Amino acid sequence: MSTASGTNSGASKPASTRAKPANKAEAAADWVDGRLGIYSLAKANLRKIFPDHWSFMLGEICLYSFIIIILTGVYLTLFFKPSMAETVYHGSYLPLNGIRMSEAYASTVNISFEVRGGLLIRQIHHWAALVFVAAMFVHMMRVFFTGAFRKPREINWLFGFLLLCLGFFDGFFGYSLPDDLLSGTGIRFMEGAILAVPIVGTYIQMFLFGGEFPGTDIIPRFFTIHVLLIPGIMLGLLVAHLILVFYHKHTQWAGPGKTEKNVVGMPLMPVYMAKAGGFFFLVFGIIAAMSAIATINPVWAYGPYRPDQVSTDAQPDWYMGFAEGLIRFMPGWEISVWGGHTLNLGVFIPLMIFPLVLVAIAVYPFIESWVTGDKREHHILDRPRNAPVRTALGAAWISLYLVLLAGGGNDLIATHLHMSINTITYFVRVGFFVVPVITFFVTKRWCLGLQRRDKDKVLHGRESGIIKRLPHGEFVEVHTPLSQADLHTLTSHEQPEPLELPAETDENGVARKAGVVAKTRTKLSEGFYGEGNQIAKPTSEEYLEITSGHGHH
Amino acid sequence: MKKLSARRRHPLAAVVVLLLALAATGGLYAAFAPAEKAQADSSSQSLAIDEGKKLFAVGCSSCHGLNGQGTSDGPSLVGVGSAAVDFQVGTGRMPAQQPGAQVPRKKTVYSQSEIDQLAAYVASLGPGPVVPTPDQYQPSEDKLTNAEQVAKGGELFRTNCAQCHNFAGKGGALTDGKYAPSLEGVDAKHIYEAMQTGPQNMPSFPDTTMPEEQKREIVAFVRNTNDEPNPGGLALGSLGPFTEGLFSWIFGLGTLIAIAIWVAAHTTKAKKS
Amino acid sequence: MSHDMSENLPEAHGASHGTEVVTHDDPFADPGLPAHEPRRTDIDERAAKRAERQVSLMFVVSMLATVGFIASYASIDADKLVYIFPLGKVSALNFALGMTLGVALFCIGAGAVHWARTLMSDHELPAERHPIEASDEVRNDVIEQFKTGAAESGFGRRKMIRNTLIGSMALVPLSGVVLLRDLGPLPEDKLMHTGWAEAKPAEPIRLVNMNTDQPMKPEDIIQGSLTFAKPHGLEESDEDFQQQIAKDALMLVRIAPEDIKDAKSRDKGFEGILAYSKICTHVGCPISLYEQQTHHALCPCHQSTFDLADGARVIFGPAGHPLPQLKITTDEQGFLVATGDFDEPVGPSYWERKR
Repeated sequence: MSTASGTNSGASKPASTRAKPANKAEAAADWVDGRLGIYSLAKANLRKIFPDHWSFMLGEICLYSFIIIILTGVYLTLFFKPSMAETVYHGSYLPLNGIRMSEAYASTVNISFEVRGGLLIRQIHHWAALVFVAAMFVHMMRVFFTGAFRKPREINWLFGFLLLCLGFFDGFFGYSLPDDLLSGTGIRFMEGAILAVPIVGTYIQMFLFGGEFPGTDIIPRFFTIHVLLIPGIMLGLLVAHLILVFYHKHTQWAGPGKTEKNVVGMPLMPVYMAKAGGFFFLVFGIIAAMSAIATINPVWAYGPYRPDQVSTDAQPDWYMGFAEGLIRFMPGWEISVWGGHTLNLGVFIPLMIFPLVLVAIAVYPFIESWVTGDKREHHILDRPRNAPVRTALGAAWISLYLVLLAGGGNDLIATHLHMSINTITYFVRVGFFVVPVITFFVTKRWCLGLQRRDKDKVLHGRESGIIKRLPHGEFVEVHTPLSQADLHTLTSHEQPEPLELPAETDENGVARKAGVVAKTRTKLSEGFYGEGNQIAKPTSEEYLEITSGHGHH
Repeated sequence: MKKLSARRRHPLAAVVVLLLALAATGGLYAAFAPAEKAQADSSSQSLAIDEGKKLFAVGCSSCHGLNGQGTSDGPSLVGVGSAAVDFQVGTGRMPAQQPGAQVPRKKTVYSQSEIDQLAAYVASLGPGPVVPTPDQYQPSEDKLTNAEQVAKGGELFRTNCAQCHNFAGKGGALTDGKYAPSLEGVDAKHIYEAMQTGPQNMPSFPDTTMPEEQKREIVAFVRNTNDEPNPGGLALGSLGPFTEGLFSWIFGLGTLIAIAIWVAAHTTKAKKS
Repeated sequence: MSHDMSENLPEAHGASHGTEVVTHDDPFADPGLPAHEPRRTDIDERAAKRAERQVSLMFVVSMLATVGFIASYASIDADKLVYIFPLGKVSALNFALGMTLGVALFCIGAGAVHWARTLMSDHELPAERHPIEASDEVRNDVIEQFKTGAAESGFGRRKMIRNTLIGSMALVPLSGVVLLRDLGPLPEDKLMHTGWAEAKPAEPIRLVNMNTDQPMKPEDIIQGSLTFAKPHGLEESDEDFQQQIAKDALMLVRIAPEDIKDAKSRDKGFEGILAYSKICTHVGCPISLYEQQTHHALCPCHQSTFDLADGARVIFGPAGHPLPQLKITTDEQGFLVATGDFDEPVGPSYWERKR
């Protein structure tokens, strides 16, 4: 450290141009800067501005629950034995005494009953995982409905989407590890799904399981995937995701003083260090308290996995519920192809729709930018109502997800609402096609209604609730005009024009037919922004005309 | 079913019930009278059958036929045994109230002595499973033996029962609105009888394939599961990941978003105070 | 109050842009950032002191909770249970550790956020954005540099180097793929048969009751009952028990012969006793929700429903074909036996399976 201060620079050596540090801390910072260049890095970031809005903190919930999962996960690996070797349990949980089980299951039961605090850490790990995926889901929806995925953030949207998918799978692998009756049933389901893949299904199955189901390899292999492979990739994506958030600077809501060329908010140091740093502890605290008051995945009650045993209410964790719904509502189609080979469509089709459902939302930003032809950067967020088609598509996607989720829980819905599982399944079969369409139209109407209301508010002011009687006896409600800040906020959004087909003849008068692609694009653009798909926002002329006419009313 | 409730409201019904109750008291007295045991047993037995027959005629025959031979409304009771009667009437399933996918458990209509008489009568129609005695269905009181029974019962339960009744005996859905009921708060005797007789759509687990000892172990497991603590906190219905997912969204994410709103909100300005 | 406010407003109204638009021209024009309004803690030293105390109090509570955590860890037995309303009987240790940890963490967070909200500056500041895209000058410069580099490498010109490099890069990952070969055996006919294949008409294998571990006689299986069976010789302690039982598990039911609608199924059975595979043909859950009156068997995982009185035909749900049935008979001692394997593979269907 003493060299760092550079106080006694020899006469022969070139003297440092830097001023003498004022104290030890500055000296230390100088030392680090000499090696890592932290001052240049901090110059751009120490007082970086973040806008204040609760919905901008959803991503932080994801980040923090991910950190909590890593911390608790490392602790769990200290006690968990990822082995399928058979053992006979003689631990302190008497209802399993003398039962044959795998080392994986036995060590999970030991973590829950022998290791002090082990149960708490297990529960924090699992609750945090559920919250993590739920928060990613909500975060993604926030980004979707506000149009925050638009240029320049499309790639970050994809990073986020990959994180969500990897989160799904890592969760699935994680809950498979304890080798209890429920998780084993989940692995069995996965085996069946793999077998349904045409041509290579049996090969993948044999290679994945190291032989026939269940074998003795699957849990050690899942363990490596769960604790190393997927979290490693996720960590990389997460860092990239955060770097891009910093690099792009955060989006912001429209408002006075907020433009596409600035970002208004509070500085990282000190406000956001305290707020975001504090929020980590708040998230951790809430999840710890959750784990103190509610059981999650009571593996000891499920019993060890045996391929010939099962418990009803066999469900995956919620985020895989839509896949479960897909597989449950599918009719049992199985066909013969190519000289007696079997194609198990009843499993294979859901297996293919599963990624399609996810990809549908992932590619949306690219579809939208293609349809709109908009190549500009966007940093001001859209209010969902001001992009009715996008909002309606998002709502339709969520409704599809929910229908499938209901299908995945049809047995519980049946017992708790006294319905028949068959009826619910038939409903899901129809609902899969119908509900998203209905949701689309209802949501679009709703958005247009809200746009109309905004327009009214701008032109006629806010309803004050005060009724006034005019001299000639008429009763009117007094409307308070909006402040200029509010007027600006409500009218600053853009209303794109639908694209038009390129001219039939080019500048030289040569006929040039528009291709199918161009036609589709124009049609879609019309559907997004054409007549009846947005309410023209009020213009200042309209406003001035109405307000100036106010006195003569 | 309507016929049945109509008859229960018959002016003479009260008289019939009173007579039956008196007869039952007499029967019980006879059963416990120490002198001339063997003789008393057989005579009380035949008395109980007679009383049971009367009860049957009033409460059951409209569906099951005057001689328990069955009608289009109810199955034949010949050979179902006293255990079936004790289960069906003892859990309030019989007399049935309304048609539906399945006859639910409800408040018992008959007293235990009336049930015994009905059971005696139905048992006399043909041989069948007999109401078990406490030493058949009661798990051991000894703590260690009981724990052993619970462990063995757990494995049997997961092989034979959990597929319908769920790992914690919370019940589950069957086809077309039928369901496997929850085993919470069900008497040990009734659990044992259900396994013996296979009520409604439940298959039976006769002694030939599941010996008495094993049924007792299952009873021990169910009872243990019913009063078992939830070391981790709220059991959330012991319904698995579905309710856990709901809890993580509503409580977990809900609370966190509420906190996020507090963190991000602008602090109240002095002007407003 | 207004007097206090003015001294707390160093930035003039709309100073961020300096582009104040004359409001009369455009009523919707951006009025610029609103003026900063002070919080109570900004202007009232007593309020600020109070906030400081509140923040410190939270940090102190956190410290106490951590002490409580350590004390709970040291003093509460792992198997101690307590009744806590409304949770029920729960592990005292889990509850104590979770709550103390929760409070310790929460109070740090709440303290920090309260500090930020009340005592740190709440001036909203604008920061300029710069376009992500580089200027044309930079762009052209980079492309020029790249072209120079590419030309110097001769990558485009020396085709032989280029092609062989691409070839070697394409081949080298193959080693990694080859290394995966030993992950597992080839499927061959492993999925085609089960443990029952060892049964021959001359040496039949007895069906062993899963509960009692004993062979069964036909009279043991009564109508309406449900019994699970495995082949004789397969023990729970066997190394490959899990793998075997995943295919061999049987479900035995007895249906009055006149109620059995499928003649082939009746013939495979013995006096109405039918032995079906317990493994669902959909994705392999152990299907065993048998309704003894309807003779339907339901899978608890995806609700495929099979009619066991009709050759286990699929009557509902996603399963694609009936449950395989094992042909059974009795041996000289009168025990139920199998004389061969299922005549089709059990479990989920797959590409190589013949329908």
